[in-house]
Parts: sequence; C-alpha cells; structure tokens
Amino acid sequence: MKPILDNLPDIIKSAILTIELTVISILIGLLIGFIFALMRISKIKFLFYLSYYYSFVFRGTPLFVQIFIIYFGLAQLEFIRESILWIVLKKPYWCAIIAFALNTGAYTSEIFRSGFEKIDKNLLEAANSLGLNKFKTFLVITLPIGIKRSIPAYGNEMILMLKGTSLASTVTLLDLTGTAKYIISTHFNPVEVFVFVGSIYLFFTFLIHTFVKYLEKKFRYY
Amino acid sequence: MKQVNKIIATFLAIFILSINNLYSDNVKIGTEGAYPPWNAKDASGKLIGFEVDLAMELCKIMNHSCTLVEQDWDGMIPALQSGKFDAIMAGMSITQERKKKINFSQGYADEVASFAVLKGSSIKPKTPKSISLSNIDSNDQKTLDALKKAFAGKIIGVQTGTIHQNFLKSGLIGKVNIWTYKTQDEVNLDLASGRIDAALAAAVAFEDYNAKAGSKLKLVGPTFSGGTFGNGVGVGIRKADSALLSDFNSAIDTARQKGIIKKLAIKHFGFDASM
Repeated sequence: MKPILDNLPDIIKSAILTIELTVISILIGLLIGFIFALMRISKIKFLFYLSYYYSFVFRGTPLFVQIFIIYFGLAQLEFIRESILWIVLKKPYWCAIIAFALNTGAYTSEIFRSGFEKIDKNLLEAANSLGLNKFKTFLVITLPIGIKRSIPAYGNEMILMLKGTSLASTVTLLDLTGTAKYIISTHFNPVEVFVFVGSIYLFFTFLIHTFVKYLEKKFRYY
Repeated sequence: MKQVNKIIATFLAIFILSINNLYSDNVKIGTEGAYPPWNAKDASGKLIGFEVDLAMELCKIMNHSCTLVEQDWDGMIPALQSGKFDAIMAGMSITQERKKKINFSQGYADEVASFAVLKGSSIKPKTPKSISLSNIDSNDQKTLDALKKAFAGKIIGVQTGTIHQNFLKSGLIGKVNIWTYKTQDEVNLDLASGRIDAALAAAVAFEDYNAKAGSKLKLVGPTFSGGTFGNGVGVGIRKADSALLSDFNSAIDTARQKGIIKKLAIKHFGFDASM
C-alpha cells in the first residue's frame, strides 16, 4: 500500500481529471447526440445521411484509433498546425474531449433515435386527430416519451464513457489510468495499484448508476 | 493389438514432446521494439536493432535457443516477474530503484541521455558537453542551474517509467511541465509537431529520429550519465534465476573480448557504446 499512499495526492488529482473529462465529454456528447438524432428522423435526405454516416464511422472504429488520429494524426498536417485550430488541437486535454464527445455523441444519437422512432402509432394518430401539428406532436409526445425510454440505455453509455476516458493517458494526460501506469512503472506493483484504481472507477460507476435510477424514477409519470 | 500400440505410441510421443517443452533451455527475452536504435521493428514487423542482434549473439555463446518476446515498456518488469519471459534486453538502464525488484547482468552498453529541441528553438542552455550525476560538485551544480533557467516553465516530453522521467521528477532542474508518453516514437512526433518545447531521452534515440525524419531536432545541453541515469544498460533477470544471470554475465564477457559488442554498437549507433 505504501506506493499508493505516497502517490495519493497525484491519484486524487487524476481522479478529478477523470471526472472532468467524463462530465464535459458527456455534456457535449449529449448535445451532439440530440442534434444528430433529430437529423436522423428528419425528412431532409442530406441531414439524414450526414447523421447516418457520422454514427457509422464513430461507432465503427475503436475510440483508441479516434483519439490517436485526432491527437497524433492531425498534428502531422502542416496546414492544421498553421491554422487557428492548432490553438485547440495543440492541447492534449481538448483533443481528448473532442474524441470522447464525438464518440459518445454517435452512440447517444442512436439511443435517442431509437427512442424517438419507437413511439406508439396510436399516440401519434390521437395527436393528429386532436389537431396538433407535427412540431407540436413532436414536442408533447415524441420528445418526452422518447427521452424517457432512452434513459436506461443512456445510463449505460455514460458508464462506457467514464471507462473510455482511461484512453486519455495515451495522449499524455494523467488521468486515473495514466497515474496508475506511472506508479506501476516506478514501483512495479501492477496488482495493488490496478485494484485500487479499479475500485475508484467502480465508485464513480455506482454514482452514475444511482443518478440514472433517480432519473428513471422521476420520469415514471408517463 | 496394433491399434493399441499405435495409440500408446502416439501418447508417448505427445508425452515426450511436452516433457521436452517443459525442460527446454529456450530462453525468452523481452524487448520493447519501439526504441530505435536499441530495439525496433522494421516495416514488416520484424524485430531489429542493437539488442536484437546482441541477444542472438549472446544466445549463441550460451548455447541456448532464444525467442524474442515483445512487451510494452510500462509493463516490462511486471511481465518479467510474472514469467512472460526470462530476461529483459530493452535499453533498460541499471538503476538502484529497479535493482530492488530484479537483478541485472553487467552492463553491455553505455547510454547517455540528452535534451532535444526543435531546430530553431530559443532554448539554448550554455553548459559543458557532459555531466555525471554520481557526485554533484559545484561545477555540476552550475550546469544544473543553467538548465533550470533554460527550461523554467517549459513543457518537456518523456517516455513513462524511464530514467529520464525520474530525472525530471527529481527536481534537479526545477519545476518543469512533464508530459509522459507510452513510446519514444510518440515523444519524437510531438516534439517535431511543436506541441512540447523539449524532450529528454537517450541521445541516440533523437539521432535515429533525425536520420529517418530529416534532421528536425537538435540536441541541447549536456549529455547525462550516473545518478538517476544509472550505470549502463544490462540484462534484467528475475532475482531467483541466478544460473541464467551468471550465463549472461559470462556470455557478455566473451562477446566483449571477441569484439562482438563493439562491432554491433558501431553498426547500430555509429560509435562504440560498448562497456
């Protein structure tokens, strides 16, 4: 336990970074996912296909590859390094957030899409017969029911994103996994360090789990 | 009856083969394959480099059959301890910290560390050509102070779990921003792209990158040895394997006397780094 206690300040700092990366990525990913889910159910072909291929590409490649291309790949291109984008892409922190948000955004868009698409036809017909226009129907029926139905799957995605942030260490960020690897590389004790850090992840997962349970309860009135 | 004989013969053959496997003198040697010119991989994925050649020579001398096993740097020592392989030849410097966990053979090559910056960088510390950290005297302190001034607030990249990271963490050149990478290749990439201000690694690692990528980098400051930088590069072996340790030690003696280490060093480093 001594190496862990010696490095406790670093571990706490890295746990905060892990939370930060997770929360920011999830929030941006939620926005992206919502917008792309709307595009996916829209009748405009261009928006539909844009959303379709975005989701196909980001769900179809490993997160590790995505973060690597965004961090190391883009930095190889001269015009990127000379453009204004470099201010953001120079920083590993933002590269990680961009990769995580785009990745979770793709999954989130699929979760919402399937929520929106599975609305009972009778409900939509009822709304129609009440004289509600399409926008109003979406606002009072499809949206609330779709979101409510998406919550369990979305909770899962949040947990996956939390664990996905462990890849931040591949782009120099000292998140929980990165710090664990550093301690191991100087003290050579993989088991105790990974068990300790693993239980911190488990605790964070428990928090997300509890939050999702709370949301599910809150939306039970439908 | 013939049928039974056949079956018995088959089982016997399998039994003998597996016994042979258990007691084979096949030595597995772990290397990273990402630290040229020490150890690397060619375009086809084959392991190449100074240590790959040296390992084969040492095995020939020891009369062992050897296989090379690839292992990420950050898990090198735990992998040795868990028995994934029996020896480490991965540009691993002999340090006090590592000696607590594993044994080292005598050193087979010297590794000096150096800072590198992008060509045209404003970081130009005025220092002597080399510094040994074994005994820091007032002259060495002056050198360290010059480095402290030159690198104040700069971002310096290193590979995780290396002597170079330990040196930066030791605070001898003050507080710098340390960025850590899984491999040296990634350090070189980020230094070349201008994300980090400087990097610290084996001097030959930067020279190798320059040879391949067109002289983008420049070595600055002194070359480092001794102290946290350890005393040469040796073969890492589990504490319990004393027979293998003495095998390697005498093989290194023989290879040195025959000039094999020197020849391989000149081939891969361009100068005699043998010790």
